[in-house]
Amino acid sequence: MNDERITVGITVNGVTHRAVVEPRTLLVYFLREQLGLTGTHVGCDTSQCGACTVHLNGRAVKSCTIFAVQADGAEITTIEGLARDSALHPVQEGFREKHGLQCGYCTPGMIMSAVHLLQANPRPTDAEIKHALEGNICRCTGYVNIVEAVKWAAERMRGDHVSR
Amino acid sequence: MFPANFGYVAARSVEEATELLAKYGEEAKLLAGGHSLIPAMKLRLASPRHLIDLGRVPGLSGIKVDGETLSIGALTVHADVASSDLARHRLPGLAEAASVIGDVQVRNRGTIGGSVAHADPAADFPVILTALDASFVLQGRFGRRTVAAPDFFLDFYTTALAPDEVLTEIRVPLPSSGSGTAYAKLPHPASGYVVVSAAALVVRDPSGRCVSAAVAIGGMGSRPQRAAATEASLHGQPLTPEVIAAAAAKASEGTDPESDLYASADYKRHIATVYARQAIETAASRK
Ligand SMILES: Cc1cc2nc3c(=O)[nH]c(=O)nc-3n(C[C@H](O)[C@H](O)[C@H](O)COP(=O)(O)OP(=O)(O)OC[C@H]3O[C@@H](n4cnc5c(N)ncnc54)[C@H](O)[C@@H]3O)c2cc1C
Ligand code: FES
Ligand code: FES
Repeated sequence: MNDERITVGITVNGVTHRAVVEPRTLLVYFLREQLGLTGTHVGCDTSQCGACTVHLNGRAVKSCTIFAVQADGAEITTIEGLARDSALHPVQEGFREKHGLQCGYCTPGMIMSAVHLLQANPRPTDAEIKHALEGNICRCTGYVNIVEAVKWAAERMRGDHVSR
Repeated sequence: MFPANFGYVAARSVEEATELLAKYGEEAKLLAGGHSLIPAMKLRLASPRHLIDLGRVPGLSGIKVDGETLSIGALTVHADVASSDLARHRLPGLAEAASVIGDVQVRNRGTIGGSVAHADPAADFPVILTALDASFVLQGRFGRRTVAAPDFFLDFYTTALAPDEVLTEIRVPLPSSGSGTAYAKLPHPASGYVVVSAAALVVRDPSGRCVSAAVAIGGMGSRPQRAAATEASLHGQPLTPEVIAAAAAKASEGTDPESDLYASADYKRHIATVYARQAIETAASRK
């Protein structure tokens, strides 16, 4: 029984992939190992760190806590899917501008959670940003600059910033 | 980090899920949001040989009013309970409890049915649903039954669900006008789960007197407990801060919590009174 394989069709960053997976394949390993999209990280084995955050049908989720078979038919966006041509997403730019990262390990997940927040709430308060990032742990930058980065991006995305 | 392999079936209906449960017996588990089961499987604390996914069964999620009851589909994710206008207006304590579970990503996947079926003594929904007198609709191969909260939560991780039953719906009586609900939680600083929490429902008459109160406390034992002495002290009284404080001071009567690395039993008994007061005060301030 336990050598079962299942064919799934999962759309990642706009491209539909048909692939064969073991039922136990976690979405994060499908993305990293089968599709080679290594921007999505694995930072823990307890579903707590958020380094693996991607969007599944528009919602931020932990791809280490979803089986690839559960995502059959779904649309996934990973960190690799945010930039347009060579232009970074404003949240990516914000992390660069405001020093929202040091080692960068947590950054893809932080950015995916922040993008999810700003889609629903273009004008978040500091408290709302912190609440939205509760599922993302950073072990080296500290959260001050991460919150600044999200605020910077929110301003850009609303278009009410004064130019630098 | 790598679960043991298993056979996977995406059930197409509740009937099919119950048939598969009966067929595979102990070797099978239902999969809803996966946010309790998959972490346990990754650590190989659980290694079911078959997973029956409820995620594709139509009609199991959503929130609607059904007469005097709020009907919540078992597959409704925490985020949708937290943001539901119906829940926020009619049962703010329920939306509040949903909004403090885990984190955004957990709330985007975890389901209310999975949470109550899992019956973790440190979970949030069982506590508020106990205060709100919720009942649970269980569908088995040979029929369906509805079980009230005190008969549903039996022990640590143990509910009234029979091996072939699927929880399909959570039914919460809509409180009459003049009532308020609230939920207050001391989260564990690392895991975010409940250390101690309190849920309150108060019903007032037009003069502001309390005509009935339900207070449930979580984190004090194997399942949520009703604070009977607190409820009795509120009954018939005006909900002044003094009355609430005196009633809340009895919130840990009859409980016997265990000390753990984070909180001693004495601390838990004390903090239960603090959170009970907070929940009752907030509930009393709501129209
Ligand atoms: C990082 C993290 C933090 C968390 N923090 C909290 C917290 O603060 N508070 C809290 O309350 N919870 C917390 N949780 C748990 C979370 O709320 C889970 O979503 C919930 O406990 C289980 O719901 P699920 O849909 O994910 O169920 P699953 O994991 O899919 O299933 C859990 C169990 O219930 C059974 N089951 C599921 N659905 C049904 C059904 N319809 N009928 C019968 N049986 C069923 C399954 O077979 C399994 O045994 C956290 C989880 C994580 C990963
Ligand atoms: S890898 Fe840590 S939450 Fe997914
Ligand atoms: S930048 Fe290093 S963990 Fe966050």
